[in-house]
Amino acid sequence: MSAAALSKQASVSRADFFAPSIAKRLAYVGVLAYLVYAAATLGLSFERVQQGIGYGVRFLVGFFPPNFTQTDIIPGLLESLQIALLSSLIGTALAIPIAVLSARNLMPPWVSWIARLIIIFCRSFHPVIVAIIAVKAVGFGALAGIIALTFASVGFVGKLLAEAIEEISLKQIEAIRATGASFMNVIAFGVVPQVMNRFIGFVAYETDSNLRNSTMVGVVGAGGIGGTLFSAFQRFDYDFVAGIIICIIGLVMIGEVLQIYVKRVFR
Amino acid sequence: MTATAELKRWIRFTPAQRLARFAVFLVMAALMGWALKTIEIIPEFLYDAPEQVVDMGRRMWPIDWAHFWPVVWPALVETMHIAAIATILGLMMGIPVGFLAAKNATPFLWVNLVAKFILVATRSISTLIWALFFVAMFGPGPLAGALAIAFHSIGFIGKMFSEGVEEANRGSIEALQAAGATRMQQILMGYWPMVLPTFWSVALFRWDINVRESAVLGLVGAGGIGMALNAAIDLIQWDRVSLVLFAIFIVVILIETIVTQIRKRVI
Repeated sequence: MSAAALSKQASVSRADFFAPSIAKRLAYVGVLAYLVYAAATLGLSFERVQQGIGYGVRFLVGFFPPNFTQTDIIPGLLESLQIALLSSLIGTALAIPIAVLSARNLMPPWVSWIARLIIIFCRSFHPVIVAIIAVKAVGFGALAGIIALTFASVGFVGKLLAEAIEEISLKQIEAIRATGASFMNVIAFGVVPQVMNRFIGFVAYETDSNLRNSTMVGVVGAGGIGGTLFSAFQRFDYDFVAGIIICIIGLVMIGEVLQIYVKRVFR
Repeated sequence: MTATAELKRWIRFTPAQRLARFAVFLVMAALMGWALKTIEIIPEFLYDAPEQVVDMGRRMWPIDWAHFWPVVWPALVETMHIAAIATILGLMMGIPVGFLAAKNATPFLWVNLVAKFILVATRSISTLIWALFFVAMFGPGPLAGALAIAFHSIGFIGKMFSEGVEEANRGSIEALQAAGATRMQQILMGYWPMVLPTFWSVALFRWDINVRESAVLGLVGAGGIGMALNAAIDLIQWDRVSLVLFAIFIVVILIETIVTQIRKRVI
């Protein structure tokens, strides 16, 4: 260690390590001030909260006992499941080529930019917004839900898979290229084995998230249990609403457990 | 020579593993087949879809820019307020539940299970359904929207937090216990500094998601840019719909860029 470094080290006193960072504190104060301002725009008032909590209690009383006897729960749940499965399948199938095209280490920049734009576009819109547009385009029903969730799946799987491909080791790719392999062979023997495990994780997660969202798109008329829930809510049938919500939570929990199991099988 | 080569043939998975994988694929294929066969899609809608989408695209052009400052901009600002407030409220509710769900911070099995159930349940009920409740409780407006997103994000925030807490280092906690720290002190002085990076990354990540989520709340009257979208769709003003969609797209990309930059510098 040189003398200069030693003297520099000696000059660092204990207080310097914990010196307050002015910029950081200013940032905290700024964020806090913004939050107070934003909260002020919400129009909170004591009476409003009190009245709201009164209504909330009435809701909770209306929820009990939950009603499972109406016959449209099971078909609604099954349709949600169908929407989730099909949109995951189609979405993943579309996402794979787009992800390969958007990986910067495999493709020339102009190709990857176009593919990236597609992924960003699919990711920026909430599935429900896409569902509204899809309902206007193809009419009410499960098809609109499938289109909406396919959009979301392409964005999600595409982004994560592209990142996974960009992180692979290029040595193996080089070795396979050196044997004179074609592009498809490079993909099949160089890329796929390196990203397969993570890919299965993404798809399992995506299916789970599609299942959750497929219970929601029905609110705007895109099929599934959400439509049943929305109409029950509008006719103040709160015990039926509670029944549907419990069923949705059950379905999502089963989905989560299955997702963990599938990931474990492929680890 | 050939015999030993035969014996040492390398097989990647045990028979049980291969059976499990095969079973997963078989079940998935069967489910997909069932979904494709039984889903109710009106074929005319499907054949008609490309034509309808092209027609809609034509009506969306040219974009009605004049609509931006009077209607879309205030709605966008409201959306940002909703997202910020919802993130803070979600963190305030999600972090305690996350600590209760972590096995090492809360060594009571029943408390863990109840907390985990709260996490799954809040996540399974989608933002739109939360928004329906809060609009009925507090009336239409951004307050209902902020509460809806906050309650929906409890699950995500709590889950990430409990995972972060469970990965915390045992040693420093034991040191605190040996010094006679109470449970609250262990959490504040032991776990909290260790999960601080998780806190920042979860807060930023959730804020990013919440901006997207708050764009749909307007559909059920809970404020934000969704109100402008809904009004434009109901009035069949497609040139305004495209303006709103474009605005959402730009805001989402901006937020994502900001979050990535903060992440690179701070975390």
